[in-house]
Order: sequence, then C-alpha cells, then structure tokens
Amino acid sequence: MGIISNIAEGFSPSRRAVLAGGGAGGLVLAFSLGGKGVAADTPTALNAYVQIATDGIVTIVSKNPEIGQGIKTSLPMLIAEELDVDWANVRTVQADNDPVAYGRQFAGGSMATPLHWDQLRQVGAAGRAMLLAAAAADWGVEASSLTTEPGVVVHAASGRRAPYGSLAAKAAGLTAPELSSVPLKDASAYRIIGQPIPQVDTAAIVTGQPLFGIDMRLPGMLYAAYAKAPVFGAKVASADLAAAQAVKGVRRAFVVEGGTEFDGLLPGVAVVADSWWAANKGRKALNVQWAEHATSSQSSQGYAGQARSLVEAKAGKSLRSDGDVEAALASSAKTVEADYFYPFLSHATLEPQNCTAHFHDGKMEIWAPTQLPEPGRQIVAKTLGLAPENVIVHMTRSGGGFGRRLMNDYMAEAAWIAKEIGAPVKLVWTREDDMRHDFYRPAGFHHFRGGIDASGNVTAWANHFVTFGEGEATARSAGMAPTEFPARFIDNYRLDVSMMPLGVPTGPLRAPGSNAIAFVVQSFIDELAHAGGIDPVEMRLRLLGDQGLVGDDARSGYDAARMAAVVRLAAEKSGWGGALPARRGKGIAFHYSHLGYFAEVAEVSVADDGAVTVHKVWVAADVGRQIINPLGALNQIEGSVIDGISEMFGEITIKDGQVEQSNFDTFPLLRIDAAPVIETHFIKSDNPPTGLGEPALPPVVPAVTNAIFAATGKRVRSLPLKAGELVAG
Amino acid sequence: MAYELNVNGKAMTADVEADTPLLWVLRDTLGLVGTKYGCGIAQCGACTVHADGAPIRACVTPVEAIGAAQITTIEGAAGLEVGRRVQQAWSELDVAQCGYCQPGQIMSATALLAENPSPSDADIDAAMAGNICRCATYVRIRAAIKRAAGQEA
Ligand code: FES
Ligand code: FES
Repeated sequence: MGIISNIAEGFSPSRRAVLAGGGAGGLVLAFSLGGKGVAADTPTALNAYVQIATDGIVTIVSKNPEIGQGIKTSLPMLIAEELDVDWANVRTVQADNDPVAYGRQFAGGSMATPLHWDQLRQVGAAGRAMLLAAAAADWGVEASSLTTEPGVVVHAASGRRAPYGSLAAKAAGLTAPELSSVPLKDASAYRIIGQPIPQVDTAAIVTGQPLFGIDMRLPGMLYAAYAKAPVFGAKVASADLAAAQAVKGVRRAFVVEGGTEFDGLLPGVAVVADSWWAANKGRKALNVQWAEHATSSQSSQGYAGQARSLVEAKAGKSLRSDGDVEAALASSAKTVEADYFYPFLSHATLEPQNCTAHFHDGKMEIWAPTQLPEPGRQIVAKTLGLAPENVIVHMTRSGGGFGRRLMNDYMAEAAWIAKEIGAPVKLVWTREDDMRHDFYRPAGFHHFRGGIDASGNVTAWANHFVTFGEGEATARSAGMAPTEFPARFIDNYRLDVSMMPLGVPTGPLRAPGSNAIAFVVQSFIDELAHAGGIDPVEMRLRLLGDQGLVGDDARSGYDAARMAAVVRLAAEKSGWGGALPARRGKGIAFHYSHLGYFAEVAEVSVADDGAVTVHKVWVAADVGRQIINPLGALNQIEGSVIDGISEMFGEITIKDGQVEQSNFDTFPLLRIDAAPVIETHFIKSDNPPTGLGEPALPPVVPAVTNAIFAATGKRVRSLPLKAGELVAG
Repeated sequence: MAYELNVNGKAMTADVEADTPLLWVLRDTLGLVGTKYGCGIAQCGACTVHADGAPIRACVTPVEAIGAAQITTIEGAAGLEVGRRVQQAWSELDVAQCGYCQPGQIMSATALLAENPSPSDADIDAAMAGNICRCATYVRIRAAIKRAAGQEA
C-alpha cells in the first residue's frame, strides 16, 4: 500500500499528530517569564508568542519558516487581530526551531493557514483576556465590563483607559485562560485580517539587508565547498587533494566518507578556505575518482523503455477498481487511448542550498534556510553522534523553498565540515551542485483508456500509472491516491500502478503529485470531451455532477459543488466560447489540492514555428470565507500560475546515472517577457480559510495544453513543450 | 593583491586574487551581502550591480576588470534618486515573495529608468529579461516599474 501516501509525504503525514499535540505541546502559553523583576523598559513576554514593551510596541513571534509564502506576516496578523493592537506597533521576529514552545514548525503542504487559523487567533485572544484581567484587578471592576481599542483597555463606565504597555507586566503574572474558551471576534470587526499588508521584511529586502541563510557571517568564519559524486551516493574511490590545497586561501581539503541516505551526509570531498571563491576554486582543482555505483547505468531513455514494456505487459497492480471498466469500454460508443509523460523537474530555489555551522562548547549551532528544521536537527545529531539537545537550529529566511528545503542534506554537510574544522563554516553550494543534487519531482508515465456513450458522457476510465519505487515502497512524491479525481465520479474506474527502481532522489515539488496528475487527468478529460463533441466546460460540469461533497468530510472529501462553482466562474470571467483568431485558443482545467478549489482558463497563441505564448490566465479560487492578507494571497496565486507555466518548458534528464542539466542555461526558468497577465477571482464560500502556497499551480499546466489543442488541434501528451511538434501545417 | 574600489561612493580596499569575481569581493571581503549569487554564469541577474551607472553581472566580472569604475550595489541604491523611487514602488506594491532576486531586479530597474524614464512594456521586458524571479513576481515587477516611472497611480 506504499503508493497511497501520494500528496502527503513530508507535508502532512502527521497532520493528526500535529493537531493532537498542538493543544498540549504547541500552543500552550508559556508564562515562565512573569512580571516579577522585569525592568521597566524591558518588553514583557505575555506568552510564547507575544511580548509587550512599556511603550506599547508589541513583538510577535512567527513560528514557521519564511520561504517567500509570507508566513512571517500572515501568522502574526492572526495574533495581532485578536490581541487587538495597531499593526503599525507590531514587530515580528522569526522563531528558532523550538518544538517544545511552538509544536511542529514547517513550511509545507500549504498547511499553515488551516493549522493556525483558530489556534493563533486564540493565542491573541488569550493575551487580550489577560490584559483585561490585569486592568480589572487594578480598577476593582469586572473584566466583563471592559473592552479594548487597539492597544488600550477601556472601562467605558468610568472613562478609564490603560495602554497595554502599562498592563503587560501584571498580565504576564496571571494564569492563562484555556485557549479554546476565549471568545473570538466576529469577522465584521476585523481591522487587520483581510487588509492588504506588505511583508514585514519588505524594507530589508529592498535595501539588501542580510536576511537569508547565504548572508550569514560569523567572526572567524571560513567558507566551504563540497564535491559529491555525479552518480547519487557513489563513494570516493580516490582523491588527489594536493592541487586543491595549493590554491591560495584554501585551509584544508578532506574526504568525507559519508553514508547512503540521500537526505543525510553523502560521500564527498570538502574544501575549506578563507573565502568561498577560494574554496570553490580548490574544489575545481580536485582530482576525485568516484567508485562505481549500482545506479550508474540508469537513464531517462531506459526508464521510458521500461515504462513502455510495463504498459504493454499490462503489468500494473490494482490500486482501485470500481464497476467493470473492460465491459464498459467494450460497450462504449467511442473509446480513446493515450500515453502521457511528464519529466523530472528541479526545484531550483534561487538561493542555492547553504548552511552555516559552528561547533562550540559541545554544541553544534546551525543557521539554515530550511522548511523543516526539527528533522534537520535530528539528522545532524545522528550524523555527528550528538544528543539532539546539543544541536541548535536557527531558521533564516529562505530564498525560495518549493519543497526543496524539506530535506536538510546541506545541514548535515555543513555540520560535519564545521566539526572537523573547529571553526564556524559557511557551506554554499554552486548552482551546478544545486541542480545536480536535488530531490526531483518524479517523472511519470500514464496510459489512459476512456470510453464515452452516444451522448458524450464518460462511461469508463482506466489509468495505468508507471512510476518509480521498489517492492511496496513508492519513491518519494511518486505516488497517486486512489481517490484522485475522477475516481468516485465515474462508475467504471480503474487505477493500476507499476513501479521501476530509481537511483535518483525524488521529493515534493510545490503541489507535489498534483503538479503532474492535474496535467494528465485534465488533459485526458479534454480528449474525451472532444471525442464526444462536448464543450470542455460542459464536460467538466457533467463529470462533477450535482453530488456535492464526495467523501467523509470537508477535510478528506471532495466538494463537487465548490469545484463546479469555480469552473463556472472561470469560464464566465474568461468569456469562454467567444471566437478567437487562428492559432489562438483557450483551455480550461480544474484541480483540488491542499484544501483549495481552483479552476483556470488560459489563452494562448502558437506561432507558425510552434512557439507557445501564454497571453492571459483567469483564476477562479475557493479557499474559504476569509482571505487573510489579500496582498500576499494574490502574489502567491500569480507566482504559482507562472511557476506552473515555467515548469512546462524545462526538464531534468538522467544519463549514466547522472543529471544532464546543471544551470539556468540548460534548465530554463520563465522570464518576465513570457509572463502572462493574470486575473484572479475568489469565491468566498462558507468554509474555514485554507492555504495558497500551492493549489493555484496544478490547473494551469493542463489549461495551457488544452488551449494549445484549441489553437492547433494538436494534443500535448508529453512535457516539456516541444515547438517542433506544434509547427503550423 | 590589493584592489582599490569605489563602492557606493566609498573608497574600499580588497586584498584578493585577480580572478575573484566582484560578487564574491562584495559579499565575502567587503561584507555587502545584498548582492546575491544565483547562477555564477550571467544567467539569472541576482548579482546585478551598477558600474558607472550601467548594470553588470558581478558574478562574471573579475575584480581586476573594475578599475576606477564607480560601483553601486543595492546597499547604495537609496543614494540614487531613481533608486529611491524604485525601492519605494517595490515596497508599496510589496513585489517580493522570497525576496532573493529583488536586489538584482531593483538594480536592473533602476538602470532602466535612469536611461529611459518612461519605458514601454517591450522596453521593460527587454531590460528585465536577464533577471530571473523563481517566485515569479513578474506581474508586480512590471507594475512597480510603471509606478516608479509615474505611469500609474
Ligand atoms: S549570479 Fe550573476 S547572473 Fe546569476
Ligand atoms: S522573489 Fe523569490 S526569486 Fe524573486
């Protein structure tokens, strides 16, 4: 059953554990820093998240890693709203890795909003209740007779007012109320939530202040480069270090034996120098022989050949089988059969992987851009043989994450090198290291068979998915859920899976699973629509039907009504159905992931030479009743849409067990001259707010390929896009 | 050897090898870490700085090639009237997501507007196509350049 994990690995496998632990371990207010002995001008910690200074400046801790999703702004907004303070008086600070105080701290799965929407508002409201209680005690009145204005407790009956700064020390000495018992504001009273609030680090970003992991500097710090085998996990057979050590500025070069875990310390050669340039120059001068490795003959071509054989042999293992697909296909008015492919992709965070480490006083102290600090701490402890409490992880801002920094391999490397050297060390990967030592979005192969009846309704759907893995274990992020749409929406439905062994690390890339599955599923739906002469929007609405919620509850189920609503809205806003010039077309697609319902329409033109231009994308989204920060929300959607389009133009290929691409010249990213106009519309349905880091990405890929079909009559069944296959005539 | 550099209007000395790219001199030797490393091969624009007002990629510019050129980095952008306007527009529209590419974007945009105060969409595309934003904030970059140029409210 290994394959069932699908979307989740790394993102939400222990969602339940987080919720269960969140009340006890995560969000309990810490009152150890009470008011006693606090100097008048020292900010008072009201709880683990909030400090209030006597001048009324409120410092709010942001618990999760900031990777560009805006969390360092949006989570403190939740607390500030219910604490009832003026946002202009709020300062935010990044939490360190501290699971005891903050529970699980991670950036992944677009989970921060659903996980914290209630809890952090309660943290703010509990803080406010304590300030009210402090004022009530001072004035000898009932707390229930008090109200607040931003930053001030007010007793309307007597006209007395006390700024929070004057109450904080006393409030901090009080017992915290039960979080679930504190009343929360009605949404109509919000002053902060729902406002377009710029990121708290914006001023530092536009002036180039040090913020990112790569910007770390410590006194006496040295710089490191680390050479690993191009074949993943291959050992060092021999290494001539002399030339590296002769480079001016190089302090030392040494072989690291390393282990076999991709997300730990792999074998390699470290070069440490006075500057990074010298370290990397030394590294280039190394002469390393890498040992033969079991996977050094693997190739993308080989995978494709194996996949073809597996499909032909009908060798899949059944993951789901509803009704009788074969009988339904046999009695269909029309059948369609198609092979789809999508390639490996690299995360290519613009800030390459890096980490600063310093071993001192028996402790390993680490500064890292990471999406998942605690497992990093554990890996470092294990790799170095230290007790986890002797590893301290500080989270820096990340220059992009996209799932790459859920793995902390670079942390283990930096820690090992720093311990060996006995000085603070900053390890910085080159772009080439980064692209050739990623955890790639897995490639995948899908063989579809579908049937429609005389009225164009889908009667049968079979998907033979060929992916990577061994035995029962699917390669990371290479699975597919048996509930993935259109399962449960077509009576005769089959999903079979075959797996091939893989020597390449894989992992979650923004909207993992979905970023590939949406492409193949929504493309094949389009194929069936055209085969039956049904409009693609109409076909989708027919498939969704009028079933409402399919599944057990809003969290695990699929709300067809919410999806149909965004499909209708996207179609309406895009002027679906209107005439377009030759070689210009519109395509529609929808996808549900990360609790968000998204439908998107793309308008593209295809030049005679086959070059594809995406002109405009209409996005219709339902992520619940409240957009917490519209400024950040739109940025996430626009970024996701362009990211998805960008992913249609590049690929990572394997030859001789190695990645062939190495930098942006061979793995292109979309540039400003190819960025479309994006128009976003929200449906505010009566559901709790959910995250926006990922769910806008998946539908854009099939929206574009479906538009290409509308423009050219050519069906894109394989990515990346190849202009040569789309030439006119 | 020791190189005399003029960075953000200040005389600075860097004792480095002749082939060291300006990027690493700025970041590691002079401690100006606002200029970013993204690719090292003039593909991404994260390392964009000005040499006598013209945008250059510091990752492929060896320190020995700088000579007497006046270098302006993101840390010195506010010293330029256009740079301040660009930074202001970037802040008001909250262009950044992760922010890593933005120093390079701001330096390219500043050079564009200094040269061409009211750029067309095509001018913007041409001047900014060398700067990758992995978070894909292009919609806002376009809007911010127009705002800095006074082309929209
Ligand atoms: S780092 Fe210089 S252009 Fe990418
Ligand atoms: S904002 Fe992240 S790379 Fe541009």
